[in-house]
Amino acid sequence: MTVVAEEPKVEELLELYERMALIRATEKAAFDLFMAGLVKGTTHLANGQEAVAVGASAALEPDDYVFATYRGHHHAIARGASPEACLAELMSRATGLCGAKGGSMHLTVADHNMLGSYAIVGAHLPIACGAAWSAKLRGTSQVAVAFFGDGATNIGAFHEALNLAAVWKLPVLFVCENNLYMEYTSIKTVTAVAQPAAGRAPAYQLPAEVIDGNDVVAVQRAVAAAAARARAGDGPTVIEALTYRHHGHSRTDPGKYRPQEEVDAWLKRDPLLVLAERLRDRGVDQPAIDAADTRAREQVAAAVEAAKAAPPPDEATAFTDVWADGGAQWRT
Amino acid sequence: MADLITYREAVAAGIAQEMRRDETVVCLGEDIGAAEGVFKTAAGLFTEFGPERVWDTPISEQAIVGAAMGAAMTGLRPVAEIMFSDFLACCWDYVANEIPKMRYMTGGQVTVPLVVRTANGGGLGFGAQHSQAVENWPFAVPGLKIAAPSTPADMVGLMAAAIRSDDPVLVFEHKSLFASKGDPPPSGDHVVPLGAAEVRRPGGDVTLVALASTVPTAMAAAEQLAADGVDAEVIDLRCLIPLDARTVLGSVARTSRLVIVEENPYQGGWGGTVASIVAEEAFYDLDAPIRRVASACVPLPFAANLEQAVVPTADRVATTVREVMDA
Ligand SMILES: Cc1ncc(C[n+]2csc(CCOP(=O)(O)OP(=O)(O)O)c2C)c(N)n1
Repeated sequence: MTVVAEEPKVEELLELYERMALIRATEKAAFDLFMAGLVKGTTHLANGQEAVAVGASAALEPDDYVFATYRGHHHAIARGASPEACLAELMSRATGLCGAKGGSMHLTVADHNMLGSYAIVGAHLPIACGAAWSAKLRGTSQVAVAFFGDGATNIGAFHEALNLAAVWKLPVLFVCENNLYMEYTSIKTVTAVAQPAAGRAPAYQLPAEVIDGNDVVAVQRAVAAAAARARAGDGPTVIEALTYRHHGHSRTDPGKYRPQEEVDAWLKRDPLLVLAERLRDRGVDQPAIDAADTRAREQVAAAVEAAKAAPPPDEATAFTDVWADGGAQWRT
Repeated sequence: MADLITYREAVAAGIAQEMRRDETVVCLGEDIGAAEGVFKTAAGLFTEFGPERVWDTPISEQAIVGAAMGAAMTGLRPVAEIMFSDFLACCWDYVANEIPKMRYMTGGQVTVPLVVRTANGGGLGFGAQHSQAVENWPFAVPGLKIAAPSTPADMVGLMAAAIRSDDPVLVFEHKSLFASKGDPPPSGDHVVPLGAAEVRRPGGDVTLVALASTVPTAMAAAEQLAADGVDAEVIDLRCLIPLDARTVLGSVARTSRLVIVEENPYQGGWGGTVASIVAEEAFYDLDAPIRRVASACVPLPFAANLEQAVVPTADRVATTVREVMDA
């Protein structure tokens, strides 16, 4: 794995930009489709947090494992899910990523080793340990990455996972997307430690780093370095990426509990703006950046149409995928 | 005739059989390495397979079952031990929310072929937090399979089937049976298919359906009843999911009477499901009401005589059968 010491090439940066733009556009479509009544349930948008997913993905190998939370659209797309399959899943179409049996909170792309979005807060940290343990036992150089929110750091599974990862020296990365809020409550007000993830890592003798989660290059660097350590057999790392969600917690939350100055300050640090500025500094002209935005929007517009045109899942599929034999029969 | 083996030895024998056959089978749990498990159910595994395949864990039930899940999703067949089944409550999220739903929620993309094995039930005087029979807890969770062997040979065969299964399986090892002895499994790889009940004692007058610890209870009751001229058939379910309703229904069609013997509490016990299946599908075969002999709805008490007052006993089963015969 490459350790990104110097600046990535301009073409690479443009690619990262376009992938973030694709996520942004997909989530905007999800929001609009929700308002139009075409998406049921709820969605947890990651607008503002795209750099964590895209930066991390850029630092990982295709066969590394990724585990996300219910706020996981960005991770699914960063790891290779198509916007169309994601939107079709949200719209309960047969062509959805999980055949419309998962929904927004459970996007999974096993083909790309993105092994699920977990809606029980913090549950996947031990599971990621297991994937890392398996890689170690099978003698591969794969690493496992668990992305989670700041709120998850107060769940018991977080502590069990960090300790197990430390004592078993597992090739696992714990990447906290600290967006400062749980649902409607500020993490500060319910946590005794200022940096909820990185601040606890030393208790488990784990290296930790607090990074700018809105700077895709900073994320790529930190994840590449941690992955290199893990592959070298030096065990897990905790990364706390400071970031912000532009919207409220979920579709129904206007996010009014957040001070306006705070929102404004973070909107100015939107990861797409941050990267656009970096691109301009590197001599890329605005039309080239706009063109990436346009391509992303066009791809998503086509995805929306395709998802809308897709049929609902066959009712018979409600009774498949319970057991290995495909069926749901629990008795003879 | 080979020597008898104990139920506790059969646990390790079943795991070892599969570990020899398939190198992706690995074990993890508290004290299962050099210490060989608190019930010595892992005896010999660490010596034979070493620390790369038999892993001691911290006291972290979530990490144990969660890590087993992650390993199962990525190419291994882990066998996780939860020391006492009561502690399943500490990792209930994994048992109820994570493991059983993964295949379904991902539309079949991700599978979780693992075994969680655990010491279940009373009989050893450990008090309420180490003694409850809780096989009815996961019985309410779609997506899990549940085996609860009653003999050493079945322990080997069902453990093998559980480990080979591409579905997640919970194996309940009953504490009161650990010291019991039985015939060893037949030579060669021994596998008992999940979901096939076994008729332990054929009989024509009444069907007794039992599981794990209640199999010997039902057998003892059947002996008492035989002295009275009542010929009881004893069915060992062996698995709760898949549930061999066919064998139960076939037996009831012949005997026309059903008594279910379960150690988990009556309230919410698996016997309620067996009773409802028979009531729905074989009502007209019945000559008497279905009866259930289950544990009382109290935590399991410590003193042996108190425990006996709570769990099904052979006497209580025999009394219930006599009432059913008179109905
Ligand atoms: C175990 C559990 N408790 C509570 C919830 C309800 N819940 C869903 S998201 C959430 C907040 C999580 O905050 P955080 O981990 O910071 O993630 P973020 O939403 O900020 O990405 C809560 C309390 C849950 N899903 N799981």
